[in-house]
Amino acid sequence: MNEQQHLDTLKDIKRIMERSTRFMSLSGLGGVGAGLSGLIGAWFAWRILDDYRNGSPVSYESYDGAAYDGSGNVNVLILKLLLIAAAVLLCALTTGSYFTWRKARQQGLPIWDATARKVVFNLAVPLFAGGLFILGMIYNGFYGFVSPACLVFYGLALINASKFTMPELRYVGFIETGLGILATFWLGNGLFFWALGFGVVHILYGIIMWWKYERAPQGA
Amino acid sequence: MNPIEHLNKLFESRIRLGVMSVLIVNEEVSFNDLKAMLDVTDGNLASHLSTLEENAYIKVHKGFVGRKTNTTYSITKAGEKAFKGHLAALEAMIKFTQ
Repeated sequence: MNEQQHLDTLKDIKRIMERSTRFMSLSGLGGVGAGLSGLIGAWFAWRILDDYRNGSPVSYESYDGAAYDGSGNVNVLILKLLLIAAAVLLCALTTGSYFTWRKARQQGLPIWDATARKVVFNLAVPLFAGGLFILGMIYNGFYGFVSPACLVFYGLALINASKFTMPELRYVGFIETGLGILATFWLGNGLFFWALGFGVVHILYGIIMWWKYERAPQGA
Repeated sequence: MNPIEHLNKLFESRIRLGVMSVLIVNEEVSFNDLKAMLDVTDGNLASHLSTLEENAYIKVHKGFVGRKTNTTYSITKAGEKAFKGHLAALEAMIKFTQ
C-alpha cells in the first residue's frame, strides 16, 4: 500500500459518505426547465391579469387586494390563475424529474434511494403545510399574500431539504425566502416577485449547477 | 511510531470499509439501501456484515415493515472508534510519506 492508494481509499470513503447522505443527481438542467416553466406561467398570468384589469373599472393596484369581493368574475380570475399555477407545477416537476432521472442514469446511481426519499420528505412537509396555509388565505380573500407565502414556504422547504442534496440549494432557499419576505412589504408586486423567484432564480441556479457539475462528463 | 500498526486489518476489505463509511454518517441503514449504495450482491454484503457484527463494530436490528422483514444496521461505539482510528492512520500515513 503506497501513499496514492491511501489517498484513493480516503477519497472513496468521502465519496461513499457523501453519496449515502446526499442525493447528488439533482440536475441543473432540470432547474433551468423549472425556471422556464415558471416564467412562461408568469407571462400567462400577467396576460390574464392585464385582460382582467382592462375589462374592469377597478384600479391597477388593487388586483390582489380584497377590493374585488363584490365583482362576480374574480372567482373566474382566481380559478384561471390557480390552473396556471397547477400547470407550472406539473411542467416544473416533469422537467426537473426527467433531467434528474437522466443524470442519475448517466452516473449509474439509483434515482429512488434512501437519500431521494429524505429529500422528498423534507421538501414535502413545509410545502404541504404552506400549500394548506395558502389555500386558507385564498379562501379568506387575502390574494396579495399568496405569492409571498409561496416564496417563503418554498424557500424554507429548500433550506430544509438542502441537507440531503446539493449543498448549494441552501442558498437558493435563502434567496427565495428573502424574496418572499420582501414581497410581503411590497404587496401588489406578487407576480413580479413570483417570476423572479420561481423563474429567474431557478434558471440562474440551474445554469450555475450545470456549469459546475454537468458541463463535461468528468471521469465518465 | 509507525502508523501502519494502526491500520485496521478488518477494513482492508473495500466493502467492509464502505459499510462503515455509510454507517458512520447514517443512524440506521437497511440491508437493501446498503446494497444499493455499495453496489454489491446479497451474499457478498451479508458475509461482510456478519464479520463486522462478530467484531461488535455494527449492530443488527431485525424489524418488520408490514409482513416483510426489514433488517437495519447501525454502528456501535467500538465500531466508530475503530473506524476513526483507521481514518487517522490513513491520514497519518499520507503525511508520513510526504
